[in-house]
Amino acid sequence: MASARNAALGLITAVLIGGAGAGSANASLWSLLTDAPDQSTPQSADPPSVDTTGKSTVMAAGHGLAYKDGSFTGQTFDAYYGPVQVQANVTGGHIVSVDVLQFPKDRRTSRYINSQALPMLKSEVISAQTTQVDIISGATLTSQAFIRSLRTALKQAAPGT
Amino acid sequence: MSRETRLLMGMPITIEIVDNGFDGMLAEAFAIFADVDARFSLWKPESEICGLNRGELAQADASPEMREVFALAERTKAETAGFFDMRRPDGTVDPSGIVKGWAVRKVADHIRAAGACNFFVDAGGDIQSSGNNQASEPWKVGIRNPFNPDQIIKAVTPKGWGIATSGNYVRGDHIYNPHNPAETVCGIVSLTVIARDVLEADRFATAAFAMGRAGIDFIELRGGLEGYLVDDRGIGTETSGFGAFVTQ
Repeated sequence: MASARNAALGLITAVLIGGAGAGSANASLWSLLTDAPDQSTPQSADPPSVDTTGKSTVMAAGHGLAYKDGSFTGQTFDAYYGPVQVQANVTGGHIVSVDVLQFPKDRRTSRYINSQALPMLKSEVISAQTTQVDIISGATLTSQAFIRSLRTALKQAAPGT
Repeated sequence: MSRETRLLMGMPITIEIVDNGFDGMLAEAFAIFADVDARFSLWKPESEICGLNRGELAQADASPEMREVFALAERTKAETAGFFDMRRPDGTVDPSGIVKGWAVRKVADHIRAAGACNFFVDAGGDIQSSGNNQASEPWKVGIRNPFNPDQIIKAVTPKGWGIATSGNYVRGDHIYNPHNPAETVCGIVSLTVIARDVLEADRFATAAFAMGRAGIDFIELRGGLEGYLVDDRGIGTETSGFGAFVTQ
């Protein structure tokens, strides 16, 4: 039973590394923008009333799929403390930056996030570390949820979707 | 040095004490975990929590330990806008989201009170460490790659702080959003929190995970917490003070 699970995991891991690899890294930035990205309609118009003081830029890392050049505005979504909307800027097929167009401004805590928190969060593609460690935080056992999550990730990472 | 791993509360629990002269302490420490399991296990019909959920025991008559955990659960609910809620839609209570961290802190306090300075307690990735390892170097904790259990994606030195990771890639979908019980938390697969102690790390990791992507903003916003979030596309996002814990 355990060996069957390990074998399945090895297969899944191989799919992740071989099939998606760096491509998923660039695609993953889309998930920061919107739940349902529409990559086929670049917007050339100026973004509506951007608060430049709160502008946040996330640099894309790694190589990626060939996206269409332009600026793509994501859907507004509720990020618990209020609405957030971002825009991705694509040059040469790569996401070069992500601008935060909209975030909560009405409450004190939101203003804090607006002016400080969001721009200070740093994003990167995860990568294996070779450091020797004493203890590990995280979990060992894989599950159906893991495989479901991975399936969704791979589906969304595929080009042309 | 003494070190032992046992399977308790449905997970591997490892305790290592570097200081000499604490050979009997491991048995004491594991006995505390066994007591917590006997009291809080939702899988043991004879546990106190199951008795409470069946209505055979009134909350007022619950043990001091149970009441302490319930008070912590209520505090966590208030501090996280209801994103941690031990009350389930069916009317039963499930405080297990914070019991793990609470138990690790309890055991670490017990070991410290006995005079040990260099040790760690790790219950399924909820870790409280103290002092240095056997090589007299600060303890290093790796954050597991949720997509590959054989890899770590960060190495941190907790400096006496606690660390906990919430994820939905282990033991099924055990975290849900109390504001929308039908929804499975998606988009993020792992959230690691570093806090003053392991209980703080555990209760905020559990609650912030249920917030989805906004969880990392919540961690950023709240003082005394740092975090590292991994989403379902393999992007890691860290809070502004997290880098101070990262080591090579």
